[in-house]
Amino acid sequence: MIEIRIHGRGGQGSVIASKIMAVALFSEGKWVQSFPKFGVERRGAPVEAFLRLDQDKILIRSEIEAPDHIVILDATLMEVTDVTSGLKKGGWIIINTHGSPEDFPDFKDFKIGCVDASRIAADHRLGSRSAPIVNTAICGAFARATELVGIDSICNAIREEAPIKPEENAQAAKDAFEAIHLAETPSN
Amino acid sequence: MKKVLMGNHAASWGARLSKVKMIAAYPITPQTHIVEELSEMCGDGSLDAKFLKVESEHSAMASVISSQSTGVRSFTATSANGLALMHELLHWAAGARLPIVMVNVNRALAPGWNIWVDQGDSLSQRDTGWVQLYVEDNQEVLDSVIQGYRIAEQVNLPVMICYDAFILSHTYEPVDIPDQDLVDKWLPGYQPEHYLNPEKPSAFNGLVMPDNYMEIRYKLHMAHERAKSVTNEVGQSFGETFGRYYGAVEAVECDDAEMVIAISSSATSPARLVIRELRDKGMKIGLLKMRMFRPFPTEEVRAVLKGKSKAVVIDRNCSWGKGGIFADEIKGAISNQEDMPAIYSYITGLGGRSITPDLIHEIVTEVESGEPPAELSVWKGLKQ
Repeated sequence: MIEIRIHGRGGQGSVIASKIMAVALFSEGKWVQSFPKFGVERRGAPVEAFLRLDQDKILIRSEIEAPDHIVILDATLMEVTDVTSGLKKGGWIIINTHGSPEDFPDFKDFKIGCVDASRIAADHRLGSRSAPIVNTAICGAFARATELVGIDSICNAIREEAPIKPEENAQAAKDAFEAIHLAETPSN
Repeated sequence: MKKVLMGNHAASWGARLSKVKMIAAYPITPQTHIVEELSEMCGDGSLDAKFLKVESEHSAMASVISSQSTGVRSFTATSANGLALMHELLHWAAGARLPIVMVNVNRALAPGWNIWVDQGDSLSQRDTGWVQLYVEDNQEVLDSVIQGYRIAEQVNLPVMICYDAFILSHTYEPVDIPDQDLVDKWLPGYQPEHYLNPEKPSAFNGLVMPDNYMEIRYKLHMAHERAKSVTNEVGQSFGETFGRYYGAVEAVECDDAEMVIAISSSATSPARLVIRELRDKGMKIGLLKMRMFRPFPTEEVRAVLKGKSKAVVIDRNCSWGKGGIFADEIKGAISNQEDMPAIYSYITGLGGRSITPDLIHEIVTEVESGEPPAELSVWKGLKQ
């Protein structure tokens, strides 16, 4: 079983990102379980979403405390949340940032993927330039870094799930898939 | 068609496939998605039903009582304080013998305000006369709503399908949505024996004098007795058509077990994991999933527990001043019987706290240690 935790802010679409990944993984034959941190969501407040995938039916029913990988939709969360809490050594940290992996020396136990999902989303006019909707772009970055799911499955899941602009959202995922900077070897 | 669905939408699909004709509901977290989705289905024409927005849960139940009385298959959903507000009318629905199906998403009752899982909301409606089923995963949510109508309409009792807040309601997982044609064959349209019909006027629910009242109540009780076997038959028949079998209880690896864990709702799943792990280590342990709570599956529980040395009952609820409710009911079911296990009662997971495999392991280890059961239910996972 592989466990993924997504950190975002209320309104960024973390829960939908987790669902898109789940739908894509399911289309490739995996069993999936996707759920929000069991809480009350408020716009702008830190939120978490979880994703489990396995070959067989998943029977565990609690929140993810030791994820294999994490996804961060808003880099400022790293100032207020211990995002790597419980993250397994060698796991991926996928960050929405205009920076590059060298900018995160604290994460030397992990693999780092950096993608400017905000710019990609804004280029496709997803949300506004000040508050872009980055959840679809980040799914593309996730596919590239983790190689757990194909980009075509991600794009099909986006077309199924996106309430508006399905093609623009799918293209944002493809762009992020291409643009992500990967540091595949933990520096520690 | 297999889809990744949240538990709440599995409930909406269950109602849609059952071709309900009338839905009345009032939103409440964590139930709201159910009726939101149903209102969209009514709006886009994929479900040919009347959707009635009401100003309270009391009115929601009053409305489905009215519509069901006219011979129309009716549905509603609620949670926690919403269910509590329906209380008076829950008695009415059962006393009037109306086969309404309602989903209740188990959530803690305030105060303190808490929107997470606790089974106390529906368990405290125990004596209203509703059949109650507690279900484990999103597939079972969908399947149980459909089965709910078959059970309800055979015994003329309302059925409440209960599942855990957030752990199922807000969690997406694969669900097989059966073909409508297959459901139509398995669950034909509702054919009431008696209903409000201007062509054939009749009166319902009038004054009952002492010389008739007890007989009417006895019939209600006997309908519950019948609902046990009907639930097993319906679960079997559902399996023959759809490939997924259900019953009042499910016993896993119990035949040669010395210890049995009795548990309900979504916490059954991690308990399955624990059973597998302990079996692999050679421990003779089994699992009793308590799907039905009312009527209480006394015979099934006795049959599974007979000859075991210990039974651990894990309750995500508490009857204040008494303890774990399933534990208490199971003790009642095995009293005056020979060769029954000692009952170890544990309360945990209230208000949304996780029930992890580790926690269940800890409980099993404690029970295995040889101590006799504590006098009161043991609260597991309490902070000091």
